Amino acid sequence: MVTTKELPLKEYVLKGNAACAGCQDMVALRHAHKALEGDVIQVVPACCTSVVQSLWPKSGLGIPVLNTAFPAAAATASGVKAALKAKGNNHTQVMVWAGDGGTFDIGLQALSGALERRTDFLYICYNNQVYSNTGTQRSGATPLHAQTTTTWYGKTEPEKMLDLIVAAHEPVYQFTANSSYPRDLYDKIKKAQEIEGPKFGHIFLPCPQAWNYPVEKGVEIGKLAVETGYWIMWERVGDEFILGKYSKRYQDPEKRKPIEEFLKIQGRFSRLFKPKRNEAKIQELQDYVQHRWDLVMKTFT
Amino acid sequence: MSANYAAARAVVSTRVEVVAAYPITPATTVPEQVALLYEDGIYKGEFIRVESEHSAIFACVGASSTGARTFTATSANGLLLMAEGIHWAAAARLPIVVNNINRSVSPSWNIHVTHDDSMSFRDAGWIQFYASSVDEMYHTAIQAFKLGEDERVLMPVMVNTDGFVLSHTLSTFDYLEPEEVDKFLPPYDPPHWKMDPEKPVSHGNIVFPEYYQEFRYSMHEGILNAHKVFEEVERDYKKLFGKYFGGPIDCYKCDDADVIFTSQGSMGAEAKDAIDELRNEGYRVGNARMRMIRPFPVDKMRELGSKVKGIAAFDRGASYGFGGHVVNDIRASLYATKYRPLIKSYIGGLGGRDITVDDIKEIVLDTVGAVESGELGPEETWHDLME
Repeated sequence: MVTTKELPLKEYVLKGNAACAGCQDMVALRHAHKALEGDVIQVVPACCTSVVQSLWPKSGLGIPVLNTAFPAAAATASGVKAALKAKGNNHTQVMVWAGDGGTFDIGLQALSGALERRTDFLYICYNNQVYSNTGTQRSGATPLHAQTTTTWYGKTEPEKMLDLIVAAHEPVYQFTANSSYPRDLYDKIKKAQEIEGPKFGHIFLPCPQAWNYPVEKGVEIGKLAVETGYWIMWERVGDEFILGKYSKRYQDPEKRKPIEEFLKIQGRFSRLFKPKRNEAKIQELQDYVQHRWDLVMKTFT
Repeated sequence: MSANYAAARAVVSTRVEVVAAYPITPATTVPEQVALLYEDGIYKGEFIRVESEHSAIFACVGASSTGARTFTATSANGLLLMAEGIHWAAAARLPIVVNNINRSVSPSWNIHVTHDDSMSFRDAGWIQFYASSVDEMYHTAIQAFKLGEDERVLMPVMVNTDGFVLSHTLSTFDYLEPEEVDKFLPPYDPPHWKMDPEKPVSHGNIVFPEYYQEFRYSMHEGILNAHKVFEEVERDYKKLFGKYFGGPIDCYKCDDADVIFTSQGSMGAEAKDAIDELRNEGYRVGNARMRMIRPFPVDKMRELGSKVKGIAAFDRGASYGFGGHVVNDIRASLYATKYRPLIKSYIGGLGGRDITVDDIKEIVLDTVGAVESGELGPEETWHDLME
């Protein structure tokens, strides 16, 4: 793994962008661009990044950014890639940087099409589990019992297993990552850059606005997602599955922290604890942790 | 070849770099032909077989934003599904060319011609042409790139052809090799911005109310500039290839006419025969074929309005609740002038219902009768409407 002092010093996420305090999207984006080192065209559908990147006529990113419509990120990227190919450019990485709404929900068809066409691009879904920029409405990535502005008393369904849907398209490289582990993310983006074909990265990142936690707690919550076993870090090169070193120890349920530690720090789960503790619902989320492990391991190993 | 095959050939002639297309129902054969030309190595650009029309237009947006000449073809529901991207392409000032084969919008399913699909996008910022023959479609598609890519314009262009009547009708056309078209159409080089890691820009980021309106005004200016630029395009094209289709309104025997018949698309060709027959019968009538409806040729229409006593305006579609699409533009363009020809609106030929020379004669004579009696009569008539 890259050491901190080996990370390139050049910044592509520039100072003065419009991100919220404590925005973990900027952490992820910063490290992704350090790995790509500028030879990239970034396609951004409607999402937090389309807002925080800059206000015209300024740009908060030191790379070319093409904003596009909510459902159209992967289609737009297909066009960018085709244009580069038509012009004989085979080195510039086309990277989609899309939120969970633009990936799990409205952008899923275009993503499926682009993967099936074996488009040589890197699609990143940064997943803050909610339509965060749009007004904190529930998305297909919102977890069970999370409160949003369209599920005031908590969502009644767990999130969609997007990774399995993507895996069914057999991308050349697929990974999960987490903004609390930026060097790991850096390595994965670097690796993606070196592989030709459709690549998909799924980055879990906490959102202080939508999840309702103190802004300085983002890294801690991201780590708790891994330590409770809720978020699993893994890679898949072709059909070779690699359980990430940060998640390996939590394959054993005994070693996981209770899900409650992840939940209680976030306002979006407050109804699980107030006015009185809802043991059944907390247990449902605890059970979901094992459910995801079972599905992932059964599918990929 | 059919107009669809000719459209695919225009892609070759203009050295298009990226085509993205989807076979929506009702589909057209344009992408099928592009696919064959691509696989045979005759079309040398990229071809993206996308999974929806929404993705087709946005793949074009992505490619055009990266500086590639791009094309797609669609129809009816497909064009409607593109709606978000149609507006996007215009606001991003991307000179994408779309060949829309006018087909009826569902329900009910009907794959024949009605102009409602493209007319729904009159307000989107696209230059719009309606062709009356396979040859005109092919050459208009070539001209469309030159017009849209001109720095004074930088707007997308929709070239419309009537479903089945043109799209599936075989006819000869004068093909131009890419080497010949090179003399007319240089490679596309976006003058202001493109996606380029050497010169990074953000495109489409947030613009607050203090600037947004100015962007929209510049779109309006760009598309209005198409009037002048199209004149130059047609002049140069005629000089190089000897082809001229008559400007934004192709007038036939209009100079001394008391009554003119206006229409869009293939009917305009039929109408010439109707006019000839009526002339033989002693009527002073003419045919004004509306080739370009955006930007609307206001000056040319005013010139016609200054000469004629009556206009029989035919629309193959309707703005439901306000009548024919183009007749209302004709009325609006004359309102600020002192010219007051009688304008009678006729709507018909929907869902591919045949409009024959006799139908057109009947319509023109109805307007002639109104002019002679001095009574407008019904402002709007749905032609050949069953009781």
